[in-house]
Amino acid sequence: MNRGHRHGAGSGCLGTMEVKSKFGAEFRRFSLERSKPGKFEEFYGLLQHVHKIPNVDVLVGYADIHGDLLPINNDDNYHKAVSTANPLLRIFIQKKEEADYSAFGTDTLIKKKNVLTNVLRPDNHRKKPHIVISLPQDFRPVSSIIDVDILPETHRRVRLYKYGTEKPLGFYIRDGASVRVTPHGLEKVPGIFISRLVPGGLAQSTGLLAVNDEVLEVNGIEVSGKSLDQVTDMMIANSRNLIITVRPANQRNNVVRNSRTSGSSGQSTDTSLPSCAPPPEPSLEPGEDDSDDDEDIVIEDSGEPRQIPRAAPSAESLQSLTQVELSFESGQNGFIPANEVSLPPVASGAGTEFETRAPDQKLLEEDGTVITL
Amino acid sequence: MMKFRFRRQGADPQREKLKQELFAFHKTVEHGFPNQPSALAFDPELRIMAIGTRSGAVKIYGAPGVEFTGLHRDAATVTQMHFLPGQGRVLTLLDDDSLHLWEIVHHDGCAHLEEAIHFQAPSRPGFDGASGLPSLAHITVVLLVAAGDMAALGTEGGSIFFLDVPTLTLLEGQTLGPDEVLRSVPDDYRCGKALGPVESLQGHLRDPTKILIGYSRGLLVIWNQAARCAERIFLGNQQLESVCWERSGHTVVSSHSDGSYAIWAADTGDSPTAQPTVATTPYGPFPCKAINKVLWRSCASGEHFVIFSGGMPRASYGDRHCVSVLQAETLVTLDFTSRVIDFFTVHSTRPEDEFDEPQALAVLLEEELVVLDLQTPGWPAVPAPYLAPLHSSAITCSAHVANVPAKLWARIVSAGEQQSPQPASGASWWGGALGLTPPLRSHEDGTVRFWDASGVALRPLYKLCTAGLFQTDCEHADSLAQAAEDDWPPFRKVGCFDPYSDDPRLGVQKVALCKYTAQMVVAGTAGQVLVLELSDTPAEQTVGVASLDLLQDREGFTWKGHERLSPRLGPLPWPAGFQPRALVQCLPPAAVTAVTLHAEWGLVAFGTSHGFGLFDYLRRSPVLARCTLHPSDSLAMEGPLSRVKSLKKSLRQSFRRIRKSRASGKKRTVAGSKLQEANAQLAEQAGPQDVEVTPVQRRIEPRSADDSLSGVVRCLYFADTFLRDAAHHGPTMWAGTNSGSVFAYALEVPAAVAGGEKRPERAVEAVLGKEVQLMHRAPVVAIAVLDGRGRPLPEPYEASRDLAQAPDMQGGHAVLIASEEQFKVFTLPKVSAKTKFKLTAHEGCRVRKVALATFASVACEDYTETCLACLTNLGDVHVFSVPGLRPQVHYACIRKEDISGIASCVFTRHGQGFYLISPSEFERFSLSARNITEPLCSLDVRWPRGATHIRSRESPKLSQANGTPGIILAPQSCDGSPDPICKEADTPEPPEAMLSPMSIDSATSADTTLDTTGDMTVEDVKDFLG
Repeated sequence: MNRGHRHGAGSGCLGTMEVKSKFGAEFRRFSLERSKPGKFEEFYGLLQHVHKIPNVDVLVGYADIHGDLLPINNDDNYHKAVSTANPLLRIFIQKKEEADYSAFGTDTLIKKKNVLTNVLRPDNHRKKPHIVISLPQDFRPVSSIIDVDILPETHRRVRLYKYGTEKPLGFYIRDGASVRVTPHGLEKVPGIFISRLVPGGLAQSTGLLAVNDEVLEVNGIEVSGKSLDQVTDMMIANSRNLIITVRPANQRNNVVRNSRTSGSSGQSTDTSLPSCAPPPEPSLEPGEDDSDDDEDIVIEDSGEPRQIPRAAPSAESLQSLTQVELSFESGQNGFIPANEVSLPPVASGAGTEFETRAPDQKLLEEDGTVITL
Repeated sequence: MMKFRFRRQGADPQREKLKQELFAFHKTVEHGFPNQPSALAFDPELRIMAIGTRSGAVKIYGAPGVEFTGLHRDAATVTQMHFLPGQGRVLTLLDDDSLHLWEIVHHDGCAHLEEAIHFQAPSRPGFDGASGLPSLAHITVVLLVAAGDMAALGTEGGSIFFLDVPTLTLLEGQTLGPDEVLRSVPDDYRCGKALGPVESLQGHLRDPTKILIGYSRGLLVIWNQAARCAERIFLGNQQLESVCWERSGHTVVSSHSDGSYAIWAADTGDSPTAQPTVATTPYGPFPCKAINKVLWRSCASGEHFVIFSGGMPRASYGDRHCVSVLQAETLVTLDFTSRVIDFFTVHSTRPEDEFDEPQALAVLLEEELVVLDLQTPGWPAVPAPYLAPLHSSAITCSAHVANVPAKLWARIVSAGEQQSPQPASGASWWGGALGLTPPLRSHEDGTVRFWDASGVALRPLYKLCTAGLFQTDCEHADSLAQAAEDDWPPFRKVGCFDPYSDDPRLGVQKVALCKYTAQMVVAGTAGQVLVLELSDTPAEQTVGVASLDLLQDREGFTWKGHERLSPRLGPLPWPAGFQPRALVQCLPPAAVTAVTLHAEWGLVAFGTSHGFGLFDYLRRSPVLARCTLHPSDSLAMEGPLSRVKSLKKSLRQSFRRIRKSRASGKKRTVAGSKLQEANAQLAEQAGPQDVEVTPVQRRIEPRSADDSLSGVVRCLYFADTFLRDAAHHGPTMWAGTNSGSVFAYALEVPAAVAGGEKRPERAVEAVLGKEVQLMHRAPVVAIAVLDGRGRPLPEPYEASRDLAQAPDMQGGHAVLIASEEQFKVFTLPKVSAKTKFKLTAHEGCRVRKVALATFASVACEDYTETCLACLTNLGDVHVFSVPGLRPQVHYACIRKEDISGIASCVFTRHGQGFYLISPSEFERFSLSARNITEPLCSLDVRWPRGATHIRSRESPKLSQANGTPGIILAPQSCDGSPDPICKEADTPEPPEAMLSPMSIDSATSADTTLDTTGDMTVEDVKDFLG
């Protein structure tokens, strides 16, 4: 209190901000101009300078107001860090090679410091396993809540991006009964529910799906009237870009929107009167325009007739094909970096040449790639 | 833009109208032998036969092609059937004690079997108690008396009720109770015991007032219904099974539960008669089983027939299914492979004739109908013109070939005719005969049977047996020789139903036929691929054997499955018919999963679970072998065992689950009822969260690349198309696997010298052109190339022989790839997706069978559309436009629990299909509004009033759905010559059925029936368990 007051009085009027940076066991203190923080590159250089580690790659993190350790790796989050620091910006530096990525994220510092976020988040005492977050530059969406504006607030539409990850989707569904409001009063109707989340799976790690959530739609198609097996097949068929609309069993975490009467989230007032179901977003309509999610791999031969006179001698040419197959096997999960494609082993086929013919934007898409051989 | 327009099409009224003109769903005919028959009846006047089944179906058969089918509302077993002679009506008794009267009624020129009225016996015990009348519960026998106007019902209680048949009302006051009969029985016989149930009721041919009643205890009574008195009484002491009244009425034959039958003289001696004139136990002296039914038929020669079922020595032959025919000193024991249901003789029923003179004996067995000619010495079996059992060996695969050229047709028929005169020797090699257009059905015992599917009755044409080429462990000759050694009883093997396969490796997995060159490929369970050619003369020749290693040099895999079949070396004699030309053995010898033939190029392609190969059978040299195994897939290599294991495992798991749920159920019952109630209430309130037993869960996980069985080749396809560049087209071969991979090879087929049949001696070459990995990795079910107009390419030779429109080689070609989850059309030669439909993502169902079919419009003669017909794992049939892949119509066709039905489905090229509804029956269905094969039969019957000429005729037609006249399909319908039909209208009699070779399916258009796999997969079973 005392210290904060002092700094607030001392540096605040000058428009500067105190920075306390920790690398290993060493601390450095310096100040920055709050109004002109500069670029992240400069800040990074400054940190290397003050810690005297000019040639060491480091990860930079800061403690935000909730006590979470968040990364600073670009101008945006650097500015965010500076603007939210009050009064002190606490910086944590780790060597990149020994970085503990699990240190980043929500609640990471709470264990060390009991900040008053306890008051704001009554449920943060429950144990949560460490969530592994990959390198910030590799960030890509794994899940998102979509169509919040058109869905009733008791529903949640979750998009799971399976591709590019080694994680299993990791959930199970089961049959069950759900209570609906009908003109004849409450009625029990069969429904499909999430029955289990596989620890470490994509579904669990998103935190957006939970056991006993009722599945209402799969990629925009209602599941009512469909059997468990049908819904299973639908989900698997869409597994590369799965959009599930659920009615969460726990309705307390719902987004409260202005357009609706607030505080109604606890009640399932909506319980799916048919009129409530919003028209599916055009992008959800399968078969409409989903060329992005389902690009098949085509390998073409150069067209030069390779001699396969009979089965036995054809072994060598088959071998070369096998290798070709292996070369894209590595990238089969979707994204095949251009450099990887351009250097496959040219084994025996003298006339075989590899070239990437796919347009750039295709390559940037994370699933399908056309390779010409 | 385009997509928007397509989407709108669904609501377009014009398109909707066109759809109605193109598509309509009908289940038309059931082919094959009724499953689980339980009752038999024969009307000697109309010469029609009825079979009832345990599921309550009633089927009436007349002349070949005349068929009527009806189904009782309740799925109860039909226990008895009786024709009202000459009326086309049949009275059925079900095991729920209800009587039903069926009649053949005519609607707009076409007759149907309909239930007219039914009668449910009042079975409340209180009903009789109050009135003092005996109970009408448990009807045991039915007898029609007075030309079918009245029926006598014998009951378990021993009383006989009388029923007015036209109204099915009980005639009160005529009931004959056992007490009334007992009054005329001597006291010492009575000795306080009941007579037991009525076992048999027989009417007198000439005197309708007399009824012969047989009681279970052994008492036989000739009852005069008019005088209401017992005319004769025979005091039998052995438990009665059946009685038969000789036509003159002088003799009564009774059969008994100890395997004996007794002959009683009815006109001499005094009443009551205590002793029969003769009592014999034909298969004594050791204890015998009961004689269930006995018939006595007199002949002018004085040597009467005694025909009975059962009665075999209990210890030695108690398990045989036998019917014995005895005439004078001649006894033949007909030894059947399945249970005897009932039998009858075809004989004179005119009262004025003095003798029965039986012509034929028809025996209905559990699995087939066998007819014996009793007038020819030796009593040979007559091949029935219909009701041929499809399933004489388990059906492993079916294929349908449409538009068979008349020439090939005639050759197959003649090959079949040469087979038929062979004596019915081994049960397994019984030669089916006669014929027309095939569905080919291949069987577990290594045979391929050709059936004529053009008409209503499926007729066997020709049977090809491949087993002769291989050395198998068990040779037939041995077992036959052994059977011959036993001379008592004089067994004679009859019938063709043989459920036991000699060697499962002989089983046929896939067949392909080129109808223009009469060349055929038959591929089997042990990796054998046989190329055959039709020859009109017997020949002796050596079959060239080549083996092809599909693994290539993949190391580290071992085959743990069955060994390959060893072929017989040296020249072998082959009868006229399909004779083998070349044998290719895949290594490892896994079952062949796909096969295709291109006779024009002389190539055959085949695939197993390990890879696929291409073989040039003209030069007898392998062209290509490609392994499709995923590098990490070691399971597939272990042979069929791994699959069995996993199935076993999943079965075990499901049993455990059942047991667990039972156990937990028990626990709950142990707890007090109050607790239970509370629990139940809680359960209702708590909603979905409270399910105690672990519910069935399904894991949501996409296919991974290294699923086992990923290397299974699912389809192979030849096409002349643009694979390498847009300027040059040429022969290509396509292969699709279980893991969604498609391989396309460009083939270098040396062009044939103009006019010459032989190709130059250059080798065929294959070059890999394209490889497509479907991202969703679902099994590829079918591949087809569409020409510039979006039509499928014609079959080999079709275009060059002007039998089909030449494909459009100008516009861009496209390839349609159907996987289990979606359909996709890719452009050629640059493979880029053009249109697609994601069926599974939309409907949650998976594709099981797919075929391109041509649909003709009912409104416009020459308007046709090619569409994609598809059967899903839910049993629904969907039709999609091609190449737009827009859903057109869908119908529920098969129950989704009926896995074998779904697995057996085959589509024809003109929008019809077949699937197994039971192991012995094919249901035929039609998706086309125009192309329908259904029985339009009529039966001219003499109703009680208004006598008309008796005639039954057949006219299977390609009719329109709305009943307007269509194209007559089989011109053997009797318009020109009705007389032979009415003569031959009797069921099993005519040894030569009238058949006229005809090509079926009149519509002319080229399309391709895509190959479909008939295998039942583990998934199917899972579907069923789940």
